[in-house]
Amino acid sequence: MQQKNFIGKRLAKMDAPEKISGKASYINDLSVPNMLFGKIKRSQHAHAIIKNIDISRAEKLPGVKAILTRDSNPAPDFKIGFIQDNPPIKDDKVRQFRDEVAAVAATSTEIAAAACDLIKVEYEPLPGVFDPITAAAADAPLIHEFDFRGNPIKNNSLPVKWQISDGDLEEQKKRSKHIVSGTYKTGWAHHCCLGVAGIIAEFDYQKNLKVQMPTQIPFLVQNDLNKLLLALGLKNKNTRVISPTIGGAFGNKLDTHCYEYIAVLLAFMAGRAVKIMFDREEEFIGMAPRQPTIIKITQGCDENGLLTFREAEAILDNGAYTSWGATVPSVMYVPMTSLYRVPAVSFTASCVYTNNIFSQAFRGYGNPQATFAIESSMDELAEKAGIEPLEMRLLNSNRPNETTPMGLKVTSCGMSECIETVKKKLDWNKPRPKNRGVGIATLTHVGGGARIYKSDGHGMILKMDDFAKVSIMTGAVEIGQGSETSIAQTVAEIVGILPEDITVIRHDTATCPWDVGTHASRQMFLSCKAAIRCASDAKARILDFAASFMEDEIRRKNRKNKDFADDLLPLLHDPDNLAIVKRRIYLKDHPKRSDYSLPIDTILRRGHFQGGKNGDMVITHAFYEPDTNMMHPKTSKGNISETYVFAAHGVEVEVDPETGRVEILNFVAAHDIGRAINPMLVEGQIYGGVIQGVGYALMEEMISEKGKILNPDFLDYKIPTMMDTFPLEIALIETPDPHGPFGAKGIGEVGIIPVAPAIANAIYDAVGIRLSEIPFTCERVLAEIKRQGQE
Amino acid sequence: MIQLKFTLNGDRVETWVKGQEMLLDILRDNFNLPGTREGCGLGECGACTVLVNGASVNSCLFPALEVEGKIVETIESLADAGKFHPLQQAFLDNGASQCGFCTPGMIMSAKAFIDSYPGRPAAVSEAEIKQALAGNLCRCTGYFQIIAAVKAAMQEQD
Repeated sequence: MQQKNFIGKRLAKMDAPEKISGKASYINDLSVPNMLFGKIKRSQHAHAIIKNIDISRAEKLPGVKAILTRDSNPAPDFKIGFIQDNPPIKDDKVRQFRDEVAAVAATSTEIAAAACDLIKVEYEPLPGVFDPITAAAADAPLIHEFDFRGNPIKNNSLPVKWQISDGDLEEQKKRSKHIVSGTYKTGWAHHCCLGVAGIIAEFDYQKNLKVQMPTQIPFLVQNDLNKLLLALGLKNKNTRVISPTIGGAFGNKLDTHCYEYIAVLLAFMAGRAVKIMFDREEEFIGMAPRQPTIIKITQGCDENGLLTFREAEAILDNGAYTSWGATVPSVMYVPMTSLYRVPAVSFTASCVYTNNIFSQAFRGYGNPQATFAIESSMDELAEKAGIEPLEMRLLNSNRPNETTPMGLKVTSCGMSECIETVKKKLDWNKPRPKNRGVGIATLTHVGGGARIYKSDGHGMILKMDDFAKVSIMTGAVEIGQGSETSIAQTVAEIVGILPEDITVIRHDTATCPWDVGTHASRQMFLSCKAAIRCASDAKARILDFAASFMEDEIRRKNRKNKDFADDLLPLLHDPDNLAIVKRRIYLKDHPKRSDYSLPIDTILRRGHFQGGKNGDMVITHAFYEPDTNMMHPKTSKGNISETYVFAAHGVEVEVDPETGRVEILNFVAAHDIGRAINPMLVEGQIYGGVIQGVGYALMEEMISEKGKILNPDFLDYKIPTMMDTFPLEIALIETPDPHGPFGAKGIGEVGIIPVAPAIANAIYDAVGIRLSEIPFTCERVLAEIKRQGQE
Repeated sequence: MIQLKFTLNGDRVETWVKGQEMLLDILRDNFNLPGTREGCGLGECGACTVLVNGASVNSCLFPALEVEGKIVETIESLADAGKFHPLQQAFLDNGASQCGFCTPGMIMSAKAFIDSYPGRPAAVSEAEIKQALAGNLCRCTGYFQIIAAVKAAMQEQD
């Protein structure tokens, strides 16, 4: 690989100084003049008809400025959710415990909360349904009676069919020597962003809307809220979305949520800015978690251990309304069809409405759930075939330059190297004492964008000022991962300046070009691709200026230099002869001739201040749209990403058979990352992903009783603390990708994906029990030890 | 309202507080020090950690009236004339801050630990660091780079 100045370097994150000094502004820290405070009154029934809402006492409370209920809703027909099933303020009935039945804007949070308490809502409770299998039955109570067109709905199944298949399944089943089946369950896991949700909404005097809110998708929020403006009768008006510093995201901010629309409606009604801030309990209850799944999977292999087929079926508890949770099967397609080389695959998924909470995106977007099923089943199949589990994976490993059954065009692929790395670093085959064991699981995921919208593009504008300082206006959203830093490293590398010369302007739909959002591990890949174009064009412009003005400037510079030899002056007129390194323009073939070098800013000012009509500045832009396809509407196939990532996680555990406690002794995470633009930030993503995966695997579970969440706080919903860390070694396997910026692939999400099955497989190796439900709490492990021990 | 006098980030200050107000609220609202974050308001996450007479406390549960006559330090006091405290520098150099919401609390807990560490700082063990910072939740980093940062700062100090 060519030597680089900034690519591949462990540079500190550009946003870190203001974060470590307490200066970063999160939504908690923002206010606008004369702002009101909003509070939401939520349902205390999982399923009920709203008979009456009495606001007579609440509206008399001094300081109350607006009360939003179905009776006062200025946009009564407006609904959200991808099949428009969710009115931001509930209308005829409530369908889940957290449903928004009323909201108040008042001069203080306390008054708004008191007013909410004074609103009396009369309910007629309905029978609820709390699991997707019961909900799918013909006689189950209907959650929604009508669809968004007003047509009657006959049952609780969502009108969305998820299905993909390839190869001759029946033929491959016949060919199979060994076949295993299993059913795997995963529950609700919460993002637990340390910064809770909030929004400030205000209208200007022309009825344009401005919202300040942490979001991963400013431009989709603009689109969503502009629809609300239309519903409010505000034609040709616009929403400006500004995101403050984001206190954690992980998918939690990938959709627009009822509370955001409610803030806008309250601001519209009150004619004043309204801020809604969640507290921790409301964050747990009001923000949708990871999609729960039940996955039945069957896999087969031939006598040599080569996979013959994979057949899986998923049932998703959709909850009461649609958000992105119901679309996670689209990402499950990737591992279901393409993890390992499988000649025949079939995967279907169905989503069923229940009166439970609904779900949304969360790091990995369905892939962790699918990989839990696939990789647990792989171990079962290996055992049945009498093949060592790690060797089984090597046999079936993905390879470079192959097209998978889904039509994913794998370019670079380091999966085998990842598996070998786990084998070596965990000393895989060494004998281990009783109750200790090792487990492995792999992953594949999109790493070069994910075309799930018609545009997966990224817009960027670069401008250089008279002092050779660069501003980048980007659609990228920084959620802590280091997006800004990777952009700055890219631009500095290509233009020939330093990262500290660069200011990244982002999170504002009015000043930044469009980007679909920070999701699907796509941000670094696409923004750096756009940055390469912007920076290359900028460099070409600078060198054009130089070719025009450099001879003149060099003569001026050397006018008192008696030793100056002017023999090289003709070379200056060809940009191809010039290079930029550390802010200076040189003759490429004469780098030591400092008498022939100039700082960039001299040339930029010369180009700008020409004293005539030709004055010009360096301003470039790029919209990078990856060369990928939407999934085919009938077959679900298509190359949705420019590249794919692979990894293997290996873990050594000790299980206490007396208590069921699982202790992680060693963990190796080997990731094919293409190339690390900043290894420290890559490792940060993987460390964070692995620990989130350990939380998902061992402790995290939202406990729901008849639709009510019983543990909405950090005491009862445990996430890993520093005490839960363990020896974790990350191996970055570099397989420079032909499409990636400098060979890099996206890795934001993937650290979380194979953790649970790797641990499940290690537990099996340690004590011989197969866990089929996440999380593997002490109670569950102990119960399984007792149950499976008796069998 | 009750008058309250204490030392805040090296300055003697006074303010008026309501009887039930917490230290977190007056730091943020009365003194414009937003670096002390509210992550849960229940003493469960540690994002609001500040030092009172050198000991780390969850300011969201610490009655403001209790700081009368005491010394309070927040994240804003750490940088000296624009130069970062060694802990802050170590957080920078080790990538120990991602979304950054937990970072001020994490750094203040680490400062309390380092300032009162009885042994040679360079000889600190990971287990001791984990114990000291177990009350500070972070959802982004997985803690590894934070542990590395605290260790690096202590080695620097030695």
